Amino acid sequence: MTKNWVFLSLIFLLMNCSSKEEDLYAPVAYNLEIPSLFSQKLIAPIIPANNPLTQEGVALGKKLFFEKLLSKDNTQSCATCHNPQNAFSDSQQFSVGIDGKKGFRNAMPLFNLAWNFDELFNWDGSEFSLENQAFEPVRNPIEMHETWKNVTQKLQNHPEYPTLFKKAFGIATIDSVLITKAIAQFERTLISGNSKFDRFLRGETTLTPEEENGFNVFMDEAKGDCFHCHGSNNNPLWTDNLFHNNGLDKTFSDLGLGAKTGDPKDNGKFKSPSIRNLAFTAPYMHDGRFTTLEEVINHYSEGLQFSSTIDPLMKKVSQGGVQLSAKDKADLKAFLLSLSDVEFINNPSFKNP
Amino acid sequence: MKRIYVLIFLTFLFNSCEKKDCCVNFDPVNVTVKFTHNWDGIPINQNDFDNFKFTTENGELISIDLLRYVVSNVTIGQISKKYQLINVGENTGTEIVLNQVPKGNNFVKFRFGFADVDNVDGVYQDLNSTSFNVPMMMGGGYHYMQFDGKYKDSNNQDANFNYHTIRAVNMSNPMNLILEDTSFEVEIGTIEFSKNTTIEIKMNVAEWFKNPNLWDLNVLNTVLMPNFDAQKLMSENGRNVFSLGEISNE
Repeated sequence: MTKNWVFLSLIFLLMNCSSKEEDLYAPVAYNLEIPSLFSQKLIAPIIPANNPLTQEGVALGKKLFFEKLLSKDNTQSCATCHNPQNAFSDSQQFSVGIDGKKGFRNAMPLFNLAWNFDELFNWDGSEFSLENQAFEPVRNPIEMHETWKNVTQKLQNHPEYPTLFKKAFGIATIDSVLITKAIAQFERTLISGNSKFDRFLRGETTLTPEEENGFNVFMDEAKGDCFHCHGSNNNPLWTDNLFHNNGLDKTFSDLGLGAKTGDPKDNGKFKSPSIRNLAFTAPYMHDGRFTTLEEVINHYSEGLQFSSTIDPLMKKVSQGGVQLSAKDKADLKAFLLSLSDVEFINNPSFKNP
Repeated sequence: MKRIYVLIFLTFLFNSCEKKDCCVNFDPVNVTVKFTHNWDGIPINQNDFDNFKFTTENGELISIDLLRYVVSNVTIGQISKKYQLINVGENTGTEIVLNQVPKGNNFVKFRFGFADVDNVDGVYQDLNSTSFNVPMMMGGGYHYMQFDGKYKDSNNQDANFNYHTIRAVNMSNPMNLILEDTSFEVEIGTIEFSKNTTIEIKMNVAEWFKNPNLWDLNVLNTVLMPNFDAQKLMSENGRNVFSLGEISNE
């Protein structure tokens, strides 16, 4: 009899151990594939200590990025407005939400976000960290117009998600924090660093004379002077991720950074977007007012509008801009297009599973 | 026996002295070099940015929108830090801590910008990440300072200035750039350190427009990077910008 008790106790103990082992399931670390130019030229990307990248977390985040259950009527996902084919931006000037309402800013492209060192996201820097940014579109009444309570319930009742969350975070009870963490993990893997110009910098190809001259126009303080805000061969992000008034308007219907800080000195300032992948991210500017790159270049050349907060780098504003020749404009466009990363927009790792 | 006692006593005394001598003279201290900024004595802080509130020696009313610069080889005696970017508007990088500075007299100096030997294109990841580079067509390397703002021009209209200092470059022959190192060393002098200490280094921003070259922003305002002569003038004015402020002990 005593032997039986001992035997039963051992079996119980063993079962208990097995259950604990499952609880302690550890997701596998995900190693970002960092382009050589990035690791050579830039400081390390920002990966929050409380949300390290894991293979399970990234896979879950990808599934959630394309998940339409995040919207009230189950018709829209993050990818609806952040289309991979458009370098995760929207080809429409203003994205249309589930109720047919339009926003008032163009959806920003999504890539190289882990190198946004100040971690201020959106055109107006209104969200700190990718995790926080991901909270907003779900509950925004002109976007997905859903509540996080409903989203978590829908995902909790889903046949796959509880298991996937358990694998990614060790918790099968889904909440909004875990959802945004997973989406942020996936977004950090969206790395674009293999354009023709990257290959040129790596010594793998040559530029055309037009592209070469266009790069010189970009870098010449007496011509385009684009490099002060938009990076260079030594800053492969091609943005400073800071906020500038680039002379679009004399008066502001959208205050941009000023609306966030409440400081009139910030009125009309918006984040410098990266000039990578411009071939895929039209229309341009925070309000998508320009449909072509020619319009963008003409703006800086002749179209600058003065206002009190205009950035001092917008030189020659009294003459409308830097007055580029027709050839320099065409060559500048050729250079800008050399920063298009076709591999990025076609990467199966970033497409709908 | 008495001799032995004397010998033991002397040995003890000698050891004791040696130990004391070591501790008194060679215990290191920590020194903080703190950069502050003023306009002819009026402190400049973040709230002063983007406001027309300072007047240059030549009479132009200006606003400061961006002011950031590099100091390199910040040296106290034998201890040094290679470089640091100071961003006045963001109030970052203004303090440089040098540890293990030996007690006693030490010479204090630093360089504004980078000497040619350190001004190597693209090698400093933190400066690349914040776009502080100089295009290769102008010799590459890094800015020494980016000082952007607005001024009231001769018609009292707002106009922009980009007072950017770099290694001077003559670009008249793009195939054969002529470069001149316009960074400069600032010698603060010898300071005696007996405790952990903070040294204030004051930058009088007004001096960039004053001495020895009276600066007329209506003439020299933008596109100064490829202007060889302007770079030399800025460098000359920079020699009068820094001075020693307060020295305080913990």
